[in-house]
Amino acid sequence: MGKKTVSLLDKKAVDRTITRITHEILEKNKGYEDLCLIGIRTRGIYLAKRINDKIKAVEDIVLPLGILDITMYRDDIFKLKSPEVKKTDIPFDLNNMTIILIDDVMHTGRTTRAAIDAIMDLGRPKKIQLAVLVDRGDRELPMHPDYAGIFYNVSPEEAVLVRLREIDGKDEVIVVRT
Amino acid sequence: MKWNKKDLLGIRELTKEEILFVLDSADSFKDISKREVKKVPTLRGKTVITLFYEPSTRTRTSFEIAAKRLSADTINISASTSSYIKGETLKDTAKNLESMKPDAIVIRHSMPGAPHMLSKYMKSSVINGGDGAHEHPTQALLDLFTIREKKNRIDGLNITIVGDIAHSRVARSNVFALRHFNTHITLCGPPTMIPHDIESLGIQVEYNVEKAVQDADVIMMLRIQKERGGIAYIPSIKEYSSIYGLKTEHLKRAKKDVIIMHPGPMNRGIEISDEVADGPYSVILDQVENGVAVRMATLYLLIGREI
Amino acid sequence: MKILIKNGRVIDPKNGRDEILDIFINGNIIEKIDKNIMEKGDNIHLIDASDLVVAPGLVDVHVHLREPGYEYKESIKTGTMAAVKGGFTTVVCMANTNPVNDNKSITEYIIKKAKSEGACRVLPCGAMTKGLKGKELAEIGEMYEAGIVAISDDGKSIRNSETLRKALEYAKLFNIPAISHCEDEDLSKGFVHEGGASVISGIEPIPAIAEEIIVKRDMTIAKYVKTPIHLTHISTKGSVESIGEMKKKYDLITCDTCPHYFTLTDRATLSFDTNTKVNPPLRSKEDVKAIKEGLREEIIDIIATDHAPHDLTSKDVEFDIASSGISGLETALGLSMALVHEGVLSMSMLIKKFTENPAKFLNLPYGGLAHGDAADIIVFDPDYEWTVDKNNFVSKGKNTPFNGWRLKGKNLLTIVDGKMAYKDARFK
Repeated sequence: MGKKTVSLLDKKAVDRTITRITHEILEKNKGYEDLCLIGIRTRGIYLAKRINDKIKAVEDIVLPLGILDITMYRDDIFKLKSPEVKKTDIPFDLNNMTIILIDDVMHTGRTTRAAIDAIMDLGRPKKIQLAVLVDRGDRELPMHPDYAGIFYNVSPEEAVLVRLREIDGKDEVIVVRT
Repeated sequence: MKWNKKDLLGIRELTKEEILFVLDSADSFKDISKREVKKVPTLRGKTVITLFYEPSTRTRTSFEIAAKRLSADTINISASTSSYIKGETLKDTAKNLESMKPDAIVIRHSMPGAPHMLSKYMKSSVINGGDGAHEHPTQALLDLFTIREKKNRIDGLNITIVGDIAHSRVARSNVFALRHFNTHITLCGPPTMIPHDIESLGIQVEYNVEKAVQDADVIMMLRIQKERGGIAYIPSIKEYSSIYGLKTEHLKRAKKDVIIMHPGPMNRGIEISDEVADGPYSVILDQVENGVAVRMATLYLLIGREI
Repeated sequence: MKILIKNGRVIDPKNGRDEILDIFINGNIIEKIDKNIMEKGDNIHLIDASDLVVAPGLVDVHVHLREPGYEYKESIKTGTMAAVKGGFTTVVCMANTNPVNDNKSITEYIIKKAKSEGACRVLPCGAMTKGLKGKELAEIGEMYEAGIVAISDDGKSIRNSETLRKALEYAKLFNIPAISHCEDEDLSKGFVHEGGASVISGIEPIPAIAEEIIVKRDMTIAKYVKTPIHLTHISTKGSVESIGEMKKKYDLITCDTCPHYFTLTDRATLSFDTNTKVNPPLRSKEDVKAIKEGLREEIIDIIATDHAPHDLTSKDVEFDIASSGISGLETALGLSMALVHEGVLSMSMLIKKFTENPAKFLNLPYGGLAHGDAADIIVFDPDYEWTVDKNNFVSKGKNTPFNGWRLKGKNLLTIVDGKMAYKDARFK
C-alpha cells in the first residue's frame, strides 16, 4: 500500500532536457537579441537560472533574469490556503523585449494566464514565449507552451512532481498516485 | 502561516507572527505603488466601505487608494453626510450596511469599542481605522514597517514616543505592537497626559523630553490638543511647544541615525519644528507611502480569500 | 392562609438562630417557630424544606424601579416580581424617577402602585434636594408623612457641601437616614475605573478618589451634625479603609456594597461589553479583595443590589454613551453565595447582611423570624447549581454581565406577608 511512484526523468535526464530547451530557445529566436528570462515562482526561478547558465556556456552572454510572483493575479486566489505573497523582482525594462516565461509544470493554463496579466501590468513586451519542463496536459484555457521538456498525460489520481536540487535537494521528475 | 482573522480590530489581538506576516506581505504590495500600472486584480469585485465618524483625510485616502489599487470598489461614508446626523444608532447603521453586502468596512469613530460593536453585527470584515483613544492598528503596522525598513530590524531599538499619550490610539497600538519585540520604549509627555497606571504595563515614563530622547533610535511625535472636553491638560499650546516641541537641538542627544516619525497631521512649530519635520532624519513621508502598502496587505489578508 | 415550613435549616441572625426548625404561618404573621410543629387541620399548605435554608425575606436597600417615567426599563410590577424571584421581600426604591420623587404626590403614587401591583414590600426613598439638582431641599417632611423611609439623591452626589449639611440636619426632625451616593462629579468624567484596564482600553477613566473623597466628606459632615449616614455602593479599598477608621470614632455610619463589586474586576471592561458599565465602575483586583475583607470584618454591613434595569436601546450602543447599570435582583443571592462557598463569610454572616442589618438601619420591623413577626420568609438552596440566562429574567432589564455564568445558590420560594409570592419550578 502507499504511493506508487514512476520516475519520468532522473538527474541526468533533467539536465539533458534543460539543455535541449536552451538550444531550442536560441534556435527559435535566432540568437539572444532582446531576449530575457522570467521564472515563475517557485521552481521556475531555478530553471530560469540554469537556462541562463547554459546560455552563458554556449554564447558567453548572461541574459536579464527576472522573478515573477503571480499570487495577486490568480483567479483561484479565494481558495488559497496560505495567503503568502512574495516579491516580484524584474530589475530591467521589459518593454519591447522577448520574454521567455519559465515554469516547472504546465497544467490547466491558468498560471500562464495570470503570468501574462502580471507582465502586461509591468510593461509592453514584444513577445512572450513559454518554456516548461513538464506539460501534463488537461488544459482549461487555450494556452500552449512554446518549449516543453516532456509530455505526460496524467490521470486524475496522479500528480506530477518536479524536484530541483536548489530547493528539494535532488533533481527528478516523478509521478505519484495521490 | 495560517491567517484566519476576519477582522482587524486591534494590534492587541495579533501575535508577533501575525504582525510580521502583515509586514512581509506589505513589502510585495509596496512595489505596486512604484510601477506605472498601479493596480492588481486581486480584490476585483470586492466592495470596501469607509465609515468615518471622525474627520480624516489621510487615513481615509490611504485606505481608498489601497482598496482601489487592489481593484476593489470603494464607497466613503462620513458622519456629517450620513444618517448619523438624523440619529441613527451605530447598530442600525451596521445592519443597514450589512444588507448591501460589503466585503469590508473600515470604521473610524471617536469612542473605544465601536469597531467591536460593528463586528458583532456584521459578517463583513471590520477594520479599525481608529476608535477613540483605544487603537489604530494599521497605523502601528505602518510605523513598524517604516522602522524595519529604515533600521533593518525592530529588535534592540530605543523608541521614544512623545505627546498626549493618555489620549493617543497611535501610542497604544504602537506600544502593543512593539512589546512583541525586544525594544526599549520610553513614553514622554506632561504628567497630566500620561495614563495613571502605566507602570503596570512595565513601560518607562520620562517627563523630561531631553532625557527621553537620549540615545533614541526612533522618536515618534504625537499631535497635541490643548483641551479635551473643556478641561485643560496643559496651560497653553505655547507652553507645551516650548517644553515638549521637538527641535533640532534635541536630536543631538539621540543616536546619529535617529529617525523622526509622526502619524500626521502635524502641528508645525508646535510638537515638531519645521527643521526637524523637513530635515534629513524625518521619515514622515515614508510613513504615508508605507501606509498604502500596509493597508493593501491588510485588505488582501482579510478579504482576499475565504477564511 | 396557613403555611407550615418543615425541616429547614432556619438561619435568623437577628434572633441568633441557626438550627433545624419548623415555622408555622397563620395569616400574615409567624405564629409558631419550633422543632417538630404538629399542626392539625385542613388548608395547611405544607412546604418540605429538608436540606434547604429558611431565612427572613431579604431586604434590598437600593433598587431602581424606574416608575414613574421609565416604565420601558422597568415597572413597579416587574421590578418587584424580579425581587421576589431573587428572594427579596422588601425593597427600597430610589428617587431618580421621572418626575423625581421629591414631593408627596410622587411618593403616594409609588406607594399606591406598589400596593396594587407590587409583589413585595416597596418602601420609597425620597430625594434630598428638589429635582436631584443639589440646590434646594426637597419637601422631606411631607414625603415622610406619605411614607418614605430614607432620603437620597442617589444617581448623584450633592456637590455643595453646605446643602448636604442642611439636608442631613433637616432630616434629623424625622429620624430617617440619609443614603449617600459618593461621587465627585468633577473627577468623574470617565466611564471605567482608572487602572490597568483603562490604560489598555483607552476608555476615559474615573479614579478611585472620586468616590473616596466624597465618602470622607459625607461621613465628616454627618459626624459633625450628629446624624446617621449610609454610604451606598462602596467599591474601593480606600473607601473601606476610611469607613473602617471613621466607624471607630462614630457609630452612626453604615454602608453597603453590591455583588458586582466583589465578583468582577475592571478587566471585564476590556471586551467593551456595555453590560460591564456601571457606576461606580468595576474596580481593580485589590479593591475587590478589600471589599471582601470589608464584608468579613463587618466594616461593610449590608449587601444591596443597586438594581438598575435598562432597555436594550440604552445599552446596545457605544460604551461611552451606554447607560450605566446592572440588573441585579435575580443574581444577587447566587453571586453572594460564592462568598460563603469561598469561605469569606459564614452563611449566617451573609444572611445578616441581607436581613438584620438593612432592617436595622432603616428602623424596619423586618429581617427576622420571631414569633409575631411579619411572615416575610424565603427558602433557598445554597448548593443548587444553575446557569444565568438573561432571557429568563423576570425583570425588563436584561442587562447583566453574568449571562451564561454558572452560579451555586438559588432562591426557591418567597413568602411576603404570609402569601406565596414566588415558587421556583424546581421546588419539590
